[in-house]
Amino acid sequence: MDFGLSQDQQMLRDAVAHCLRDTCPLDHVRWCAEQENPASDRVLEALNVLGVGGMLVPEEHGGLGMTLLDATVVAEQLGFAVAPVPFLASQVLAPIALREAGSKEQKARWLPKIARGEVRVGVAISETVETRDGSGVSSAAGKLTGTALFCLDFKGADAYIVADAKGRLHLVDAEASGLTTISLTTIDRTRSVGELRFDGAEAEPLADDGGVATSRLRDAGRVILAADSLGAGETMIQKAVAYAGQREQFGRLIGSFQAVKHMCAEMAARHEPCRSLVWFAAHTFDAMPNEASLVACQAKSHTAEVHRFVARTSTEVHGGMGFTDLLGLHYFFKRIGFDRQVLGGPETVRAEAAVLQGWTKAA
Amino acid sequence: MDLDYGPEYDIFRQEVRAFIKEHRHLAPPPGDRAARPSAEAIEWQNLLIAHGYTARTIPCEYGGYGAEPDILESRIVAEEFSRARMPGGLANQGISMLVPTLLELGSEEQKRRWIEPTLKGDVVWCQGYSEPGAGSDLANLKTSARVENGEFVINGQKIWTSTARQADMIFCLVRTEPDAPKHGGISYLIFSMDTPGIEVRPLKTMTGHAEFNETFFTDVRVPVDQIVGQRGQGWLVANATLGHERGMLGDPDALENRMQALIALMQDERTGEGRAIDNPVLRDRLVALQAEVAAMKYNGMRVLSDSLKGEPGGMAKLIVKLQSCELAHQISALAIDAMGEMGILYHHSPRERDGGAWQWNYMFQLGLIIGGGTAQIQKNIIAERGLDMPREPKPARIAAAGQQTTAPAHQAQGAN
Repeated sequence: MDFGLSQDQQMLRDAVAHCLRDTCPLDHVRWCAEQENPASDRVLEALNVLGVGGMLVPEEHGGLGMTLLDATVVAEQLGFAVAPVPFLASQVLAPIALREAGSKEQKARWLPKIARGEVRVGVAISETVETRDGSGVSSAAGKLTGTALFCLDFKGADAYIVADAKGRLHLVDAEASGLTTISLTTIDRTRSVGELRFDGAEAEPLADDGGVATSRLRDAGRVILAADSLGAGETMIQKAVAYAGQREQFGRLIGSFQAVKHMCAEMAARHEPCRSLVWFAAHTFDAMPNEASLVACQAKSHTAEVHRFVARTSTEVHGGMGFTDLLGLHYFFKRIGFDRQVLGGPETVRAEAAVLQGWTKAA
Repeated sequence: MDLDYGPEYDIFRQEVRAFIKEHRHLAPPPGDRAARPSAEAIEWQNLLIAHGYTARTIPCEYGGYGAEPDILESRIVAEEFSRARMPGGLANQGISMLVPTLLELGSEEQKRRWIEPTLKGDVVWCQGYSEPGAGSDLANLKTSARVENGEFVINGQKIWTSTARQADMIFCLVRTEPDAPKHGGISYLIFSMDTPGIEVRPLKTMTGHAEFNETFFTDVRVPVDQIVGQRGQGWLVANATLGHERGMLGDPDALENRMQALIALMQDERTGEGRAIDNPVLRDRLVALQAEVAAMKYNGMRVLSDSLKGEPGGMAKLIVKLQSCELAHQISALAIDAMGEMGILYHHSPRERDGGAWQWNYMFQLGLIIGGGTAQIQKNIIAERGLDMPREPKPARIAAAGQQTTAPAHQAQGAN
């Protein structure tokens, strides 16, 4: 019995952390956040040297055939560094979609390129969680019509994987006629999302599996978002503790005041169990797929609540400085805010968890 | 990540299950947790010891089963008894706190004399630590023991002495060296509750019951050899036991069982339109708590894994008491809310649910948040030991600062 990360996973964690310390300091994040497309080629290339790009691509297609738990280890470090890289959709969800619902030909065409870092794939499955402003995509005779909001890793994508209203996934080339793309600007300038408008756009369906693959993408996406938030939260706690250990008021370090110390203790006490829950959710996705949706909901909703608390409390510990742009704390605050809302906020996700347990019927 | 305990443990688990199946008719009723165990409970305890399902790693010569320490075996026993809703071994303060302390720091004679009858439920203990003026600041205790004719003569008062009325014996912290520094003047004594000069008064709490007592000592005479460790070492001895108490208050199975009971309650409890669980707000709270209980469960598995590997538990372990007690309280709070007006029924009222257990738990768990190291003390520990944050300045330094400047320094002194 061993509940925790394997030695390989610990080495992966340390390697990614080391790589991000070198290539992705906060100044670089600041610079990326001002660009049209925040994706950092420099960070991506360094991560690809470690094999991150193809970690979820099966070995026969040139990847490393790793697990979602491996991916959460990476996601936590990306959150820790607020790294501006298209990881969630392009390197996690797209390979999972293709490997679980792609045809032989689709796999052969896309997976090796994803593994080599030659293509980027956006993923739009928000409408399978909830629709807003009349969004939704229908498919007929190989063509898509309608609007998909909050396509993840939107900018610079060569193709998109899109869920239709029945939960079936489709591959759409970024250059397809009948596709209009509109960038959406969010609080989190380290990641890009956008809107896909389809007007009879040519699309290539993935397997008609009754929505199984889409549900797997939701589960995986929620676990990765939770892991990202875990990393960003970890940084916010460390920064709060460090600041309280150097800032003096009333002739003493503010960290020696219990009012401040207890804020830090509460953050740590609520944050630490999230790590085990996220690991377990990822492991469930890998090893016990029938239970994965419920645990993914628990991990997503619980880390969202805890890290909203961490984000505001850490900012408060920093006093007025926390509120400024100078320290850059807000990048982590906003990353946590993004992670909370995307693929279902806590209330939405908890409602789903209740349905999954038969406590109520789907609305 | 490997959640399997491994094949050798599967065999052990099957043995435990077979035992439970074969012997469950002998188990005392689950609610039978009286301070003084019934004959039935003592018989059950002896049966469990004989099979190694309690006192498993305590050496045979002291009345235990004598198995090599194996965290997973102990874990499996706890899991299987919890799953079968069967009472495990006795878990009183003598067994949970005194026995581990004697094993670690007691003399050979003390081990031989006290551990076996304590394990077998024949000797019941109470704990004399806190005093009215020494709660979080336990080392400030004032109960004195001066030496006179080869005896300690004890005077003073203890509080929060649960089971003092039923106990045969007390393990008690007293000040034997009044001139030594605060922590260095304390000794750990063990003596009979029948000694002349001891008076026990029940301490009624907000629950309406007297779960605790106040214990008064007037010229109580105890032979000087009834000490664990040396004179003046009592603080070290007590810290060994307090660690055991913190372990006792953070039981992951207990939280999960409370959660299951809450889910059942919310499915059974009906309002005009439907079940409590049909109310979307209550249901949302239930799912949120369920996720939090899950997080604590897996956090516990992580701590278990770390200790199997001989690694320190770190932050994951430091937070267990604070988080578990709070969560237990929240579970009871939701149960009461789910019952609506029925939630206020208590004191054996008609229509009362579950014998008033939810209200009792709601109140008693607030006591547990305060007891065994208050939530505020826990946060100090998490911050200072876990996050390495600066300590509170010593009062002397604050006083000195106060003389030089005016007011501000005292604003920082919170409760501890």
